[in-house]
Amino acid sequence: MHNIDIDFDINLEEISKIEGAASLDIKVRKGVIEDLKFTISEWKRFYTIAIQGKPVTSIPPLVARICGTCSNAHLLACIEAVEKALEIEPSAQTMLLRKLLYYGLIIRDHALHLYIFALPDLFGKNSILDFDNENKEQHDLLEDTFSVKEVGNRLSIVVGGKSVHAPLPTIGGFLKLPDLKDMKDILSRLMEIRPKILKLMDLFARDPSDFEISGPVTFCGLSSSDFSFLEGSIKTSDGKMIEEKDLGRHLDAQIIPYSQARGFKFDGNLLMVGALARLNNDKEHLHRKTKASSEQYLSKFPSNNLFHNNLAQAIEILHAIDSSYELISNLTQIIPEAPIKKQPQETIGVGMIEAPRGSLYYKLEVTAQGIVKKGDIVVPTGQNQVIMERAIYELVDSLIKKNSTQELIVNEIEKLIRAFDPCMSCAAHFLKVKWK
Amino acid sequence: MAGKLKIGWFSFTCCEDSTIIFTELLNTYYPLWKDKLEFIHARILRKDDTGELKDMDIAFVEGAISSDSQEKKLKRIRDKSKILVAIGSCAVLGSPANQRNFFSSQQLEEIKPILEKFKYKEKVLKLSEVIKVDDNVPGCPMNENIFLTIMKKYLVINKLTSLASDGLK
Repeated sequence: MHNIDIDFDINLEEISKIEGAASLDIKVRKGVIEDLKFTISEWKRFYTIAIQGKPVTSIPPLVARICGTCSNAHLLACIEAVEKALEIEPSAQTMLLRKLLYYGLIIRDHALHLYIFALPDLFGKNSILDFDNENKEQHDLLEDTFSVKEVGNRLSIVVGGKSVHAPLPTIGGFLKLPDLKDMKDILSRLMEIRPKILKLMDLFARDPSDFEISGPVTFCGLSSSDFSFLEGSIKTSDGKMIEEKDLGRHLDAQIIPYSQARGFKFDGNLLMVGALARLNNDKEHLHRKTKASSEQYLSKFPSNNLFHNNLAQAIEILHAIDSSYELISNLTQIIPEAPIKKQPQETIGVGMIEAPRGSLYYKLEVTAQGIVKKGDIVVPTGQNQVIMERAIYELVDSLIKKNSTQELIVNEIEKLIRAFDPCMSCAAHFLKVKWK
Repeated sequence: MAGKLKIGWFSFTCCEDSTIIFTELLNTYYPLWKDKLEFIHARILRKDDTGELKDMDIAFVEGAISSDSQEKKLKRIRDKSKILVAIGSCAVLGSPANQRNFFSSQQLEEIKPILEKFKYKEKVLKLSEVIKVDDNVPGCPMNENIFLTIMKKYLVINKLTSLASDGLK
């Protein structure tokens, strides 16, 4: 029976094993949650103000510094916005190389989350570094952690020059093109890590964690025929197809007075973006080899179990491996191409890609002299903030009703937050708010 | 210093790119470092059970200082560490986290409500404006080779200290 006399406070100052800083405060009195605040506590660097007045061509490498984890996502989303503004159509080779750069990010970033942040929870460990070297399964998983991340890292370095803040991708193309032999050398390494991801998928598929939120949720993300993360139209779980430029009409910004970031709803519904949304909406577009190898897991999608975001990320790593392997295998030459350049005009450019954690949206207003007049950036963790706080509330409420210990409640909250894979550095870039 | 080097890794206002580079360096160097380093504080790698700062041989600190609370925490880290290394451009130079220091009066007016509500410092500071920094690893993200050189330096010092200490027993 539910213990109505229970009083406690939970104050998590710095939630660990997530990207960036977030905190959580919960006040429970007589078995009822009186207050719950999930706070993004990153200190702002005001990027959307900082880009004002700067030449639009200088913006992509600057905004890449919004986030070290997914810097190449910011780089490519911003490049797309600038190219749309300048009416530049990137070449087929440029798009292919961007996809490869991006698959490297997906492998590295999802692997960081799954192995380093989420996996210790499955084994009841504090850290992946605490895995038992004498236990074969744990020993192998620790080795997998580093080898998988390394291959993703390597792919990004070969194509982009660096895995973080890649210096070579630019507006209209690449400042320096990658070496074909370096790319071919990665093929065997991609195949080496493939079995490790099959194992990882199986581990997360067997995770019994199951939590669904009440109320309507709209899962939202870009859909493209090759599941490339970089192209396509926005698809929602209720079957709507939306053009990138029209996204703003559906997003309802939610001011969260105690948080350094803004949240969002979608047409009044709770909104969720990221791997779970992509798998729910677009699994038929995964690489054919990925679909063949993950058939038993794909049947779980569409899913409302928030912990399935982990499994969805593991499947996306496999897709990134299979897609990269095919693209590189089919490459016979790198055509020498200089970046395309165009004269500026007064216009608005919108760029949108699927960052590892979900849709990333850039809107830039540019003057006829090519100067940024105004910029707006909507990041995945901001879009997920409202549903994340609501999910934490419902989880805590259900655990109180089961008379769970505070220790268990804290552990379950942290697992749930990690399943969202939030990125606080992204979330707190800038917002203009009139505080009450 | 003796035995394993006790390491702390901390992030203030920045994009945490150097943290990512550090986790990528672990791909190659973890087998070499695992018997030589002990990660006392590293939010990205483990949960701190106590929430208290422990004594460290080296604190690696990335990011710039945006608030009084950050300044206070940085000073506590300095007190608890024998060596403090500034990691990456924001920690070493303040940039680009400090870009608001160079905003026009109109831009500052626009962000004023946020600065006031969340009690930001008037200016964003690099680490050396707050505490004594022993070594710097510049770069955005940090220069990996300089980081590895500094790590090697302290591992050698630690080994020599341990040998000397053993010799005295």
